[in-house]
Amino acid sequence: MSDVLVRNSTLDLGDLTVRDVNRALKAAEDGAFTVTNPNGVHALACGLMQPISVTIKGHAGYYCAGMNQNADVLIEGNAGTGVAENMMSGRVRVTGDCSQSAAATAHGGLLVIEGDASARCGISLKGADIVVGGSVGHMSAFMAQAGRMVVLGDAGEALGDSIYEARLYVRGRVASLGADCIEKEMREEHIAEVKALLDQAGMDADPASFKRYGSARQLYTFKIDNIDAY
Amino acid sequence: MSSTFDPATMAEIRRAAATGIYDIRGAGAKRKLPHFDDLLFLGASISRYPLEGYREACNTSVILGDRFASKPLELKIPITIAGMSFGSLSGQAKEALGRGANAAGTSTTTGDGGMTVEERGHSKMLVYQYLPSRYGMNPDDLRKADAIEVVIGQGAKPGGGGMLLGQKITDRVAEMRTLPKGIDQRSACRHPDWTGPDDLEIKIQELREITDWEKPIFVKVGASRPYYDTALAVKSGADVVVLDGMQGGTAATQDVFIENVGIPTLAAIRPAVQALMELGMHRKVQLIVSGGVRNGADVAKCLALGADAVSIGTAALIALGDNDPRWEAEYNALGTTAGAYDDWHEGNDPAGITTQNPELAARLDPVAAGRRLTNFLKVMTLECQTIARACGKSDVRNLEPEDLVALTVEAAAMARVPLAGTSWIPGQGNY
Repeated sequence: MSDVLVRNSTLDLGDLTVRDVNRALKAAEDGAFTVTNPNGVHALACGLMQPISVTIKGHAGYYCAGMNQNADVLIEGNAGTGVAENMMSGRVRVTGDCSQSAAATAHGGLLVIEGDASARCGISLKGADIVVGGSVGHMSAFMAQAGRMVVLGDAGEALGDSIYEARLYVRGRVASLGADCIEKEMREEHIAEVKALLDQAGMDADPASFKRYGSARQLYTFKIDNIDAY
Repeated sequence: MSSTFDPATMAEIRRAAATGIYDIRGAGAKRKLPHFDDLLFLGASISRYPLEGYREACNTSVILGDRFASKPLELKIPITIAGMSFGSLSGQAKEALGRGANAAGTSTTTGDGGMTVEERGHSKMLVYQYLPSRYGMNPDDLRKADAIEVVIGQGAKPGGGGMLLGQKITDRVAEMRTLPKGIDQRSACRHPDWTGPDDLEIKIQELREITDWEKPIFVKVGASRPYYDTALAVKSGADVVVLDGMQGGTAATQDVFIENVGIPTLAAIRPAVQALMELGMHRKVQLIVSGGVRNGADVAKCLALGADAVSIGTAALIALGDNDPRWEAEYNALGTTAGAYDDWHEGNDPAGITTQNPELAARLDPVAAGRRLTNFLKVMTLECQTIARACGKSDVRNLEPEDLVALTVEAAAMARVPLAGTSWIPGQGNY
């Protein structure tokens, strides 16, 4: 494997296994790597810890860039379930669409999805930022605890159901809001926040055109008279 | 007096009417259930000969997780400490569990909320629970762990999530779980990024990739459909299956859930072992059984029914000092009595175990409590060895169903061993 540890290497999944590629990427302390022929393999580039750059030329399977720390991962294609799940830091960018549970439980870092994200995008989000160029599916930001999600398109049913302290910004139509999620005033600091996130994501949109959603904080303590909401 | 509307039932109706909330409590099922007490060992006689107690060796060590992991756990005793969180337990209690387990040569397990520096420091072998809530989930902690336990469910509440009431969400607990202080914290019942065994297989692959295929991967299920769950856990790539019966404890769950969902531990073991045997994986994928294990006889019975090890939670807390009569006056002040205290979620534990109150927690000396746990673990091991030797076994895991009989028809059917004095195993076609 010593040849693939050289900086600026190309790692060809036509010849190597996922284990080979992940081992090589984890061993690198810096540099830029290109992964070719991913063909939807799972658990690719997961658990990275160093500030390396990884470009995946094609579609990735489940949990690509899962639990990422510090790395900058670009997926030139679509990503399967749980892209950047439980990411701690770094950046992950997907040029295509994502399957469900993108950035699930992510604690930090930035996930950018240029296309659409399926159901449960940002589920149980714990501090990371998500910017979606297209739309997100139903139950997105379910039980989201902290962090921010910016959606340039539409949101599906039950957005932000049982949300805690995460902040959601949607430019398009929201099919419905989940339990305890309400629309909130879009103040200057929120416009500035959206602008900063759009800039980080390299996306162009009028930050004032977004609406903000968050927790009504009515379900933070159990009350029997809220039974209809459970 | 009505048998249907007995005093306890009527009291619960009045309580629900007055408070508007279901009863939440700790511990496992308290109702009378078929259990290990309903089984007896057939000691050796003319047809089989025993081993000499205290003289002839009887191995108790067990290796967990050598199916795929490059660094399996090597335990000196077949008894582990079940998952219990910092948050539900005080820091002192977690430290005591670690100290007690270390000295006995076994492992402890984290719980909801992640791994604390203290419990990593005090446990030589620490199993890291990977839970649906992912509170405090951190890849660095995954790598620090000695094994990873993917929690699908637990015996007290198969299919249910958790609840930690606001009184126990201190600053530190809130920070670990990324939640506002003082709120009632709900834990998810489903993992956020996978559903079903095909997804679980990929999730396990991800966990192995992140930890370089070193760590044993346990899959923990609450006992409800143990045959299918065990088979699917094996299919998904588990190294170890943890099977928790309905007597297994919880920090806080609805009483109606604890007492009415899931099956007894006794009923769960044989279907799980059957699945392992049919797949040719018995003893290759290890089975850990938990839920109401209280002494060495219970350990021996679990092993005889096919388990590789057991896990204890409630019994370990009692060994530390939970529900000790020395605190009777304070239990009385809380409206209960020593032995019955189960409002673990309220954080007022006089014994300093199920609390985040610093003054109460300081009552528990982790060194002394750890020593008590070590003593208890060693006594359980000796008891188990004593029974194994009496059955002629040089390894506690050589105990087998043929060493057992049942006292009741129900226990005979569940454990798939004959009713004592007969050759009748209900449900096995020989009647």
